[in-house]
Amino acid sequence: MKYVLLAFETEDAYAARTDPDRADAYWGAWSAFGAALAEAGVTEGGAAVQPPGTATAVRLEDGERQVQDGPYPDTKEQLGGWFIIDVPDLDAALDWAAKCPSSSDGGTEVRPLLEM
Amino acid sequence: MGSSNHRAAVDDAERAAATAASESYGRLVALLASSTRDVAAAEDALADAFEAALRTWPDQGVPTAPDAWLLTTARRKLIDAGRRAQTADRAEPSLALLLEELASADRDSRFPDKRLELLFVCAHPAIDVRIRTPLMLQTVLGLDAKRMAGAFLVAPATLSQRLVRAKHKIRDAGIRFRIPEPDELPERLDAVLEAIYGGYTAGRSTAAAGDDHRRGQVATEAVRLARLMVELLPDHPEALGLLAVILYTEARRDAGRDPEGRFIPLTEQDTGRWSADLRAEGDAAVRRAAAAGYLGPFGIEANIQAAHMARAETGATDWRTIRGLYDTLLLISPTIGARVAAAAAALEADGPAAALDRLNGIEADDAAVTARYQPWWAVRAHALQRLGDPEALAAFDRAAGMTDDPAIRAWLLERAATSSADRA
Repeated sequence: MKYVLLAFETEDAYAARTDPDRADAYWGAWSAFGAALAEAGVTEGGAAVQPPGTATAVRLEDGERQVQDGPYPDTKEQLGGWFIIDVPDLDAALDWAAKCPSSSDGGTEVRPLLEM
Repeated sequence: MGSSNHRAAVDDAERAAATAASESYGRLVALLASSTRDVAAAEDALADAFEAALRTWPDQGVPTAPDAWLLTTARRKLIDAGRRAQTADRAEPSLALLLEELASADRDSRFPDKRLELLFVCAHPAIDVRIRTPLMLQTVLGLDAKRMAGAFLVAPATLSQRLVRAKHKIRDAGIRFRIPEPDELPERLDAVLEAIYGGYTAGRSTAAAGDDHRRGQVATEAVRLARLMVELLPDHPEALGLLAVILYTEARRDAGRDPEGRFIPLTEQDTGRWSADLRAEGDAAVRRAAAAGYLGPFGIEANIQAAHMARAETGATDWRTIRGLYDTLLLISPTIGARVAAAAAALEADGPAAALDRLNGIEADDAAVTARYQPWWAVRAHALQRLGDPEALAAFDRAAGMTDDPAIRAWLLERAATSSADRA
């Protein structure tokens, strides 16, 4: 089954991306995780996104386009990126999610993909 | 003549169907759902099969293997439903998988028992903890939401909705029917046992809504689940421990109230009113658990309850042994319930000062929790009373105000009254 691991990160984790003292450890953890997924042959791709400050939310209200600065929804932890994995069942997906760096600082949401 | 024959045939069919429902319901649901993970579809197909049985058995006679007949009929319904769903919604679990599973089940005339897998699915960490017990009772034993709702303090419609949601999650999120690996078994088994114990206490809680009969039914079914766990995981000490704890509690149930419904504390119960049969079954489970060589939380709790039961022969409670067992329990499971129970045992084994020391220690760790934890106040009240401390009165009041059981409330207030009478 295919699942997406949605990595939700704290403000502090976002700060670590560009903090000279912490950036190596931060990116090192993500690339190690990505490499582990690749080695296990379960990865189906993924992406990282820029911080919530770069986000713009769009919605149509009565046909009118409403554009707003900021992410949707505005919560403490924000989507930092995702991986799509193909594993036998939810338990296997949860095992991978537990190893995802966002699980120790923020949280990781696991969702089965809708098969089309 | 003809009509009385028909009447007898209908009776036979109904009896056979009722027997199959009570003995094989869970096995059939578990097997039907195990490959597709679609519990709701399995239940629907089985309900259709029962309906077909009641329609055809009176004329055609009860088949020699009613379970196999029901399984075959339900499978056909599932395959039909699967074919319809396959074209309507391609997200449905693969029909090929189902057909494959059925072909293998066909070769094996004794169909496999997947109930343990089903129980692990129901208590999976990805399933809302509040719905795990009702889900087990429904899928394995066939209880409907209406009968269970009162015991779980929710409206029947709410419970039905949560059950439907949980079944959708099992199907769509990919929770597989499997026995957990050895390294994950203790934690996963604990969730199953906790859910069964939760069902038992919910069924016996006087605070729960609904009539006694319905609540009692939930408790009785939870006892069945506890027995089933021992059958499915033979000689697992924690499954045996849970069964013993429940059986001992059941054994003492009638002795805990006088004919007027007043509360009688464990130490004052007439041991002649304890059920000897249930106790013997509990003792046997404790002995089997001991043979496994290690004890988990339920195993230790079972030994504590066994020590209480021993008063039936010795006439006295061995509080030192009980306090020692609680201290062992605290090493592996230092919950607030166990800590307060250990303080209550220390009150008898070591005296009120030792008990208050323990209670103060719990408060120092988490005053916000002890402030609203009824047993903490009840034990504190008794300890203060032993010391002749006038603060006992206020503690009894707090404890009485926090219980949801009117009989225990009345008993605590009575105790408080003796406390003030002693001082006067």
